[in-house]
Amino acid sequence: MAFAIETDRLVKRFSGVAVVDDLSLQVPTGSVFGFLGPNGSGKTTTIRMLLGLLNPNAGEVSLLGRPIPHDARAVLPSIGALIDGPAFYPWLTGRQNLVRLDAMGPDAQRSTRTSRVGEALARVGLTAAANKKYKAYSLGMRQRLGLANALLRPRQLLILDEPTNGMDPQGTREIRHLVRELAADGSTVFLSSHLLTEVEQVCTHVAVMNLGKLVAQGSLDELRAVTAPHLRIETVDTALTIETLRAGGLESGEVVDGSSVVAFFNGQRPEDICRRLVEAGVGIRGFAVERPSLEDAFVALTGEGFDVAQ
Amino acid sequence: MLRNELSTLFRRRRIQALLLALTAVPIAITLVIRFAGGPNDGQGPTFLAQVTHNGVFAVLAGLTITLPVFLPMAVAVVAGDSIAGEGGLGTLRYLLVRPAGRSRLLAVKATTVAIFCLAATFVVAVGGLVTGAILFPIGRVTTLSGDTLPLTSGMVRISVAAGVIGLSLIGLAAIGIFISTLTDVPVGAMAATLGVFILIGVLDTLPQTRALHPWLLTDHWLSYSDLLRTHIRWNGIVRNLELQALYAAVFGSAAWARLTTKDVLA
Repeated sequence: MAFAIETDRLVKRFSGVAVVDDLSLQVPTGSVFGFLGPNGSGKTTTIRMLLGLLNPNAGEVSLLGRPIPHDARAVLPSIGALIDGPAFYPWLTGRQNLVRLDAMGPDAQRSTRTSRVGEALARVGLTAAANKKYKAYSLGMRQRLGLANALLRPRQLLILDEPTNGMDPQGTREIRHLVRELAADGSTVFLSSHLLTEVEQVCTHVAVMNLGKLVAQGSLDELRAVTAPHLRIETVDTALTIETLRAGGLESGEVVDGSSVVAFFNGQRPEDICRRLVEAGVGIRGFAVERPSLEDAFVALTGEGFDVAQ
Repeated sequence: MLRNELSTLFRRRRIQALLLALTAVPIAITLVIRFAGGPNDGQGPTFLAQVTHNGVFAVLAGLTITLPVFLPMAVAVVAGDSIAGEGGLGTLRYLLVRPAGRSRLLAVKATTVAIFCLAATFVVAVGGLVTGAILFPIGRVTTLSGDTLPLTSGMVRISVAAGVIGLSLIGLAAIGIFISTLTDVPVGAMAATLGVFILIGVLDTLPQTRALHPWLLTDHWLSYSDLLRTHIRWNGIVRNLELQALYAAVFGSAAWARLTTKDVLA
């Protein structure tokens, strides 16, 4: 099974408007897959379709190589999920909530329940608050309990929708650590997020949604390559700089912030460009090759216009 | 799974308060009869007058008074909350990806609501029995036909009557569960269920809708009193239970059709 999650031309319409449109997603088995997109781009709707909560208007979903929703009952026990934030019974304690969700499944495994619940609570750092009622939990504690629920059993696939939402910095770090740990144990982790630095730190693969459509998917490096690396030259001789760059065949130079010139180097070696500038008598205060961050790629893919043509 | 569903329901403060309130009704009535003077014979609801002669009638008095409003209200609350409550909390999505299975979840919810119907009836009966036994003499049971029965066989009949009353609530419970699958707002489902119940009550009193009467779920609700005749008349009771089964089948299927196909956005 090459893909832990695969969708084929998935479509979901709400009152005629396509919220997810022609989505063909391929999540390699064993990857930590970042699922990105601005608010309202269709991420949570996609996740709900993956898990059989929503019926697609068209297209196919397969999880762990089996069709959803047809084989949902067989597949879902190996999948842990946090969907659109945690949701539990306020009048039960954290522990009672986990016991309930565990007991409601088709594969009860009652004998190991107590120990599995205890381990899951410990893993997200909730042991001390396990016997407090859920209604007394803070947002971060609720999020942790949601993660504990996803970790109640050994899982082949984890689908985590905004897992660090509402968490303090320590919590965020622990989650990052947890995701790496899960991946090291061989689970595939599908992580939806709008926190790009988070995704950049833990993910091996990325997909970007915009307005219900998939605008890019691939490895992190493939996606970063969407925006090419560029030069930033700090100088007061901006006009001479641009003139020299043009003479060298680099048409893309433009002045930014008044005292910098930014240009793509089209395969030329930066050191050659630098030498030509110096020879032309440009006073250089700074010369840097800037590699685009995931954020640059994200904005290029989902933002308005200017970079998309690159 | 069912055990967990039941414990989740009965651990809830709201449900405990509801059952407590239901228990208080027969207790209050029996106290009123004892300390504010008995009602005139032949006046007030059936069985109220007999309580002074025999404490066990407090069971039937309590049930007769709670059946028109209190019990249906309790059932509407629990049935209306069954699916919509999970939707409102957002727990429905976690139950479904567990996966609880949509049909399986509905079956467990329906069984739980049915058990609640019986439990609600049971607490009213017990409240009446205990208070009646403390405040009034207990002895042979006088039937509606005027004969008397030994206490034990009288008690058996009263217990069966209580059971029939519990089962009378099943039809309304089925309507409530169906409405509950239509929304994620539990209060809306509860109110709508109660609304339907009131509408049925109104239709049952209008002579213009006489053709409908035999099919209204409350039409044979009072037939349980036939168990208190010397020679029990079963027709009404059987008809009542048939009607409840019919409503359960129709609205149960509708709820199933709805829940197994619906988009879960909650």
